[in-house]
Formats: sequence, C-alpha cells, structure tokens
Amino acid sequence: MDMSQYLEVFIDESKEHLQTINEQLLELEKNPDDVSIVNEIFRSAHTLKGMSATMGFEDLANLTHQLENVLDGIRNGKIAVTPELLDVIFRAVDDLEAMVVSIAEGGDGKRDVTEVVAQLKQIEKGEVVVTPQKSHSTYEQTYDEFEYTILKQSAEQGFHSYEVTIKLRSDCLLKAARVFMIFEVIEQIGEVIKSVPTVEMLESEQFDDQFVVTVVTKVSQDELQKRIMKVSEVEEVRVQSVDLHRSNLPVEQKEEPKEEQKEETKTVEQTVEKKQEAQEEKQTGKQVSNKTIRVNIERLDVLMNLFEELVIDRGRLEQISRELNNPELHETVERMSRISGDLQNIILNMRMVPVETVFNRFPRMVRQLARDLGKKINLEIIGAETELDRTVIDEIGDPLVHLLRNAIDHGIETPDVRRAKGKPEEGTVKLKAYHSGNHVFIEIEDDGAGISREKVLKKAISKGIVSEQNAANLTDKQVYELIFASGFSTADKVSDISGRGVGLDVVKSTIESLGGSVSIDSEEGVGSVFSIQLPLTLSIISVMLVEIQKEKYAIPLSSIIETAIVKKEDILHAHNQKVIDFRGKVVPLLFLKDIFEVPVIKEEDDFLSVVIVRKGEKMAGLVVDSFIGQQEVVLKSLGNYLTSVFAISGATILGDGQVALIIDCNALIK
Amino acid sequence: MAELKVIVFQLKDEEYAIPVQQVRSIEKIQHITRVPRVPKYVKGVINLRGVVTPIIDLRMRFGLEEAAFSDHTRVIIVAFDDIEVGLIVDAANDVVDISTEAIEPPPEVVDATTADYINGVVKIGKRLFILLNLEKVLKTEKG
Repeated sequence: MDMSQYLEVFIDESKEHLQTINEQLLELEKNPDDVSIVNEIFRSAHTLKGMSATMGFEDLANLTHQLENVLDGIRNGKIAVTPELLDVIFRAVDDLEAMVVSIAEGGDGKRDVTEVVAQLKQIEKGEVVVTPQKSHSTYEQTYDEFEYTILKQSAEQGFHSYEVTIKLRSDCLLKAARVFMIFEVIEQIGEVIKSVPTVEMLESEQFDDQFVVTVVTKVSQDELQKRIMKVSEVEEVRVQSVDLHRSNLPVEQKEEPKEEQKEETKTVEQTVEKKQEAQEEKQTGKQVSNKTIRVNIERLDVLMNLFEELVIDRGRLEQISRELNNPELHETVERMSRISGDLQNIILNMRMVPVETVFNRFPRMVRQLARDLGKKINLEIIGAETELDRTVIDEIGDPLVHLLRNAIDHGIETPDVRRAKGKPEEGTVKLKAYHSGNHVFIEIEDDGAGISREKVLKKAISKGIVSEQNAANLTDKQVYELIFASGFSTADKVSDISGRGVGLDVVKSTIESLGGSVSIDSEEGVGSVFSIQLPLTLSIISVMLVEIQKEKYAIPLSSIIETAIVKKEDILHAHNQKVIDFRGKVVPLLFLKDIFEVPVIKEEDDFLSVVIVRKGEKMAGLVVDSFIGQQEVVLKSLGNYLTSVFAISGATILGDGQVALIIDCNALIK
Repeated sequence: MAELKVIVFQLKDEEYAIPVQQVRSIEKIQHITRVPRVPKYVKGVINLRGVVTPIIDLRMRFGLEEAAFSDHTRVIIVAFDDIEVGLIVDAANDVVDISTEAIEPPPEVVDATTADYINGVVKIGKRLFILLNLEKVLKTEKG
C-alpha cells in the first residue's frame, strides 16, 4: 500500500506528539508524582508508535516502544522519576525527533538507537543508569540477526571475534583521523563487523573519546591490542572475545516482552481513556480548531503582490467612477473596495504566526543548559500566542537563543551564590511577548546578578570601545548598550554556553536588520531585562503620507510622535538652527524640501505643517507642506541599483500607481 | 558565424544597440518619482508592474544635452547581474541581427565621455550601431 499520501500528515502529527511529550516531560520533572502527566506522555508515545509502525518506520516504532515500556514502569510506580532517568528519556525523544526530521527531509528515518534502547531497557529492568556518557556498560554491543550470523560463520571458519573498546586520549585533537587510522590497522588484519557509535558518527566526531568495534580476525587478542595501541593518542584498548551466546540474548528477549506489553497497553489504554474522558474531549476539540494546511511562503508573497496590483487598479477604478459619476458604477466600485479591504486583512493575517513556534523549543534548551551549568532555573513563558509575521519569526529564533543563553550563563548565579545572596536557589527567567501598537515586544527577564557598570566599563575601556574620559559621563543605559558593541564579552571565563566570540553585537544587528531594536535595563544584584521591539510585519507598514511641493513621501508611523501646525513667527533660532518649542521641549526643525532638494513651485504659507518624529530619546520636527493621511503600505526596496539613498529606506506604490518614497527618520536625526 | 540579436535605439543622432538578452521590456514613459540626492542622471523610480525600478536618463549619463520627452521616448528595461533599471532613450527603433565578426573596436574619434561605455561598433549598410557596454553604464561611478 502506498503510504506517501499520508506522509505529510504523519510528519505533522509526529511533530505534534513529540512536542507534547517534550512539554509533558518537563511538567513531569516538576511534578514527578503526577500520574496523569505520565499518562499523557504515554498516550502520545503510543500513538506515535502505532503511526510509525503503520508507516513502516521500524526504528522509530522500536524506540517508541521501548520508551513506552519505561513510561509504563513509571506509571505503575516501579520506576522512580529522577533527573538522570529523564535525561535518558529526553535523549530518546531527541533521537525520535531526529528520525522524524530525517523522514520529513525525505530520508528513511533510520538511526542507530541501540545505545538509547539499551539504556531504556536497563531502566525498565530497574537498574539505575549511571550518567550515560561515562558508563562503559552502555557501549555493550548487541547484534542483530545478520551480524550474529556473520559472527557465527566466522567462528566456524576459525576466526576470532573480539569486542574492542578503544579509548582515545581526552586531549586528542583529530579524533576522526585517529578513528580512521585505527580502522585501517584493524582492516589489515581482520574485518570490522560493527561499531558503536556507527562509523558515520565516528567520522563526524560524534562521540566522546571511546568507542567499541566488533572485529573478526585470525590474530590473537594480544596482538590486536598491541597493533591498535601503536596508533598515537590512543589511551586504552580493551579486547574481549565475543560471547556468541550472550550477544544472541537481546534478540530473543525482544520478542517476549513485546507480547506482554501489547496486552498491558490495551488495558492501560482502557483505564486511561476512562480516567481522562473529559480531558480527551477537550483535546480533540483543540485539534479540530488547529486544522491547518501548509502553504509555501513564496506563494503567499505572490498572492500579496497580485493583491497589490489589484489595489492599484482599484484606485484607478475609483477615480474613473468618480469622473463618470454613474451611481451604479459607483456602488459596484465601492463594494469592490470593501471586499478587497477584507481580502487584504486576510492575506496579512495569513502570514502571521504565533511566537509559540519559536518559544516552544526553549524549555528543553533551558533545562539542558541549567543541568549543564549546575544551575536551577525556572523558565516562565508569557504571551506565546502573540502573533508575528512569518519572516520575522524565521529570523528571531537565533537572537532569542543567544539572549536566553546569555541570561542563563551570565545572569543567573549558581545555587550557592544565590543562597548566599538571600535569593531563592532557583533562578527565574521570564520570556514575555506582547503586542503594543504596531510592534511586538519580546522581553527576556532574569533575576540574576544584573550587569555591573564597573565591570562593563573596565572591559570596554580595555578593549578600546570607549575612552576613559567618555566612560565617566555615560548613563547606566549607555553603559549597558556597550555590551552590544562588537568584540565585547563580559564573562570572566569563556564558557561553552555563550561568549564564544560571537557576541551580542550579532543579536543587535540581526534585530536591527528586521527593523527592530533591542534595549537593556538592569540592576546589579537584582537582574536584567533585555527588551526587543519588533515590527509586526516586515512587508506592510503604517505610514503617514505627506506632500512636499508636488511630491509625496511616506513617514513610518512608528517613528511619529504627533503632527502639529506651527505659526511661522513661533520658529526660534538657536545656533543657526531653526527650532520650535514643542510641549516644553526644544525640537530642531528639518525642512524636508531642502534636505530632499525638492523643486520649489509654490511659496510657503504662514503656517508650517510639522511632523514630530523621534529616534530613541531624540526628537525632530520634519517640515512638510501638507498632510495627506494615514495609510497601510507595502514596503518595497529601491532595487540593487540605488543601494544607499540618503534618508530613504524604501518605496511603496500608492493607490494611483505612483511610487512614493519612504523616509528613514533614523538617518535624519543625528 | 555567430549571430547577435540586438535592440537598436536612438540617442540624439546616433543609433545604439544592446543585446536582447539584456533587455527585459520596452515601456512608454510614465510617471517618474524623483529620488533625492542621487546622481543627476538618475531620473527617479517608476512602478513597473509592482516592482519599483530606477530610471536612468541615458542622454545625461553620456553628458549629452537634455531633451524633452516626446511620443517616441521609450524606457528600455535592462537587466545586468542582479541590477534592473530603465534607460530613457529618444526612441527604440528596431531589432537587428548582427554577426559578431562585424563588430569593430570603437573608433578613436568617439568623444571621451562615451568611449568608456562602448563595446564596439557595427556597420550594416549605411547604418552604424554603437554597442553599449551595459556593465560600464550601470557600475562605473557616476561623474
């Protein structure tokens, strides 16, 4: 039966289930005794197993099956929930995810999961798994039937089979090269039947410093060991002959518990279903509302462009209908305008995606980081439903990861430091998203050490980012801004988590390239807040259209504070600069017709139309001839020929088909 | 014998040619939005079916005197690498096949300002076509 038509559905649903498992596992870590959470995970795992088995992804099904067994143990109170156990489960889920990704990318979803499966089996048997990387037993080889046959046949032909555990020196630099050399040595005298991790993983250095190969050879145990030891940077070689009876065991064992498990699963399912009927209903309801189809973003862009054309034609039609003054035509055109307005809203909304899609991978990451760093961290996510344009969503992930890592690594202190400071041991990182006006704000708040003004200044001076004289005059905020300067990293020691040279300057530039901005607020000893301001969408902005002589320009609403009509005699002069007194503040006036060298046709009135704009704290008044009104426009670039036009950030096409330039207020305010 | 299809256009009294591969379309003159603080020969931008396209006045680019737009004035939309611009010309006359062997190096008498923008000349019958070097026109820093 051809399954390909179901593949998309399978992948989507698998991802959903894996996400659920991930979320629930994190829940479980917080409430280890809550059986309902285990049930939830169990159900997702079970569905996943069923689906993958149906679709023929055996590895996926096997691993999920094993996961299920462990979960069952937890549910029945046989296995206690410990962070170590969850580590193993998380690793298993990672493997599952990798498989699903591989399937989604057109692969076969195969992956060597023997190690994780072995660990899960151990857990299932009630054995405590020691931290996986260090345990030797986890590298124990298991063989499938095919390998087993080879081993058996080789034994019959007088070959010896050995399991060789090779440990490289921890300071070994080119591990892959050593592996290659070792394999070459072995291949001179025998044959490698199997290696754990797989050869591919070894070659890409995806192992710690130890691996196990199964070798079939005629030479003796000692000679094999000596030959391998000749390769430099090998620390230890342990050779063990393969006990063919033992290696066979896992294969046989596999069959029996499967049967039992099936039985168990059925009964379990029934109880689960009964227990949580109410919840189930809620869930199915949710799933229905989430029904989606995937559309390539390029198609949406095409749709958007076509729609723009339509809008332009609509403008012409409106004009013609006004000129002809035919009531029927009038009515039709008006109706069309209304409908196309609705259409525009829908098209714009189609591109909006909740930030959840970015946020939902953070809990796992934070947990892992916290464990790696020996810190206790509680991640609070607020406003995950906030929507942002797809293009922004795609770009915002990496900067957020960077800032989160930064908060966890540099911000939150270790538990004993926190205790000494009288703070709760567990640090809190808040990730908050919300709408405000035409922008979306994302804040990362931690209750950690905060930013030390002295430390930052010292570093900045030593790196030559600021001079000592200037340093004293900087406000706290300006000091914090320094950590965004390129070549800056405040961590005393460079850790693996953040501060690897790629600094926060990358974060800043990425966010600015999205038309957003980032700011820091911090209090030493209390914590820091990184606040990112992003435009709702990259392609559509609200502007105020203004006229300067005969030319039309658009000013982004985001930088406008307000508009004002100023009498000519109210203009003051200060240092050769025309200024006005605007609500008690002195605001410099910029005459756009001079800046833009607009050909003058008509003379000035006694009144000036002024648009008050801002850049951060600074303000300026842009003098125009008249205000046309507010409008949503599609941002277009000027193309590759005109790359850097002063104070123009782009262009847009107006309803009458003409091009209006969009003023870049940031360039105008120095 | 290699053939080259070119679009022939008029600029003042001379006929210029651009390979058809570099030409996207030929448009009538339409509303041009002036862009401030760019070289004089950049007339501005137009809305070319939803794409904002810069427009260069080729006369001014070559240092010739400006001429008022007439019914014959055309905008030739050309593309080179990732740059797409429109060139204002007095008229777009013809599509002509020329053989690459007939291309001669630019005569030395051609005046200095335009010489840089020329790949060569072709003589067909009584007509002399000047082959435009689009890369130079678009990429060299503007005088």
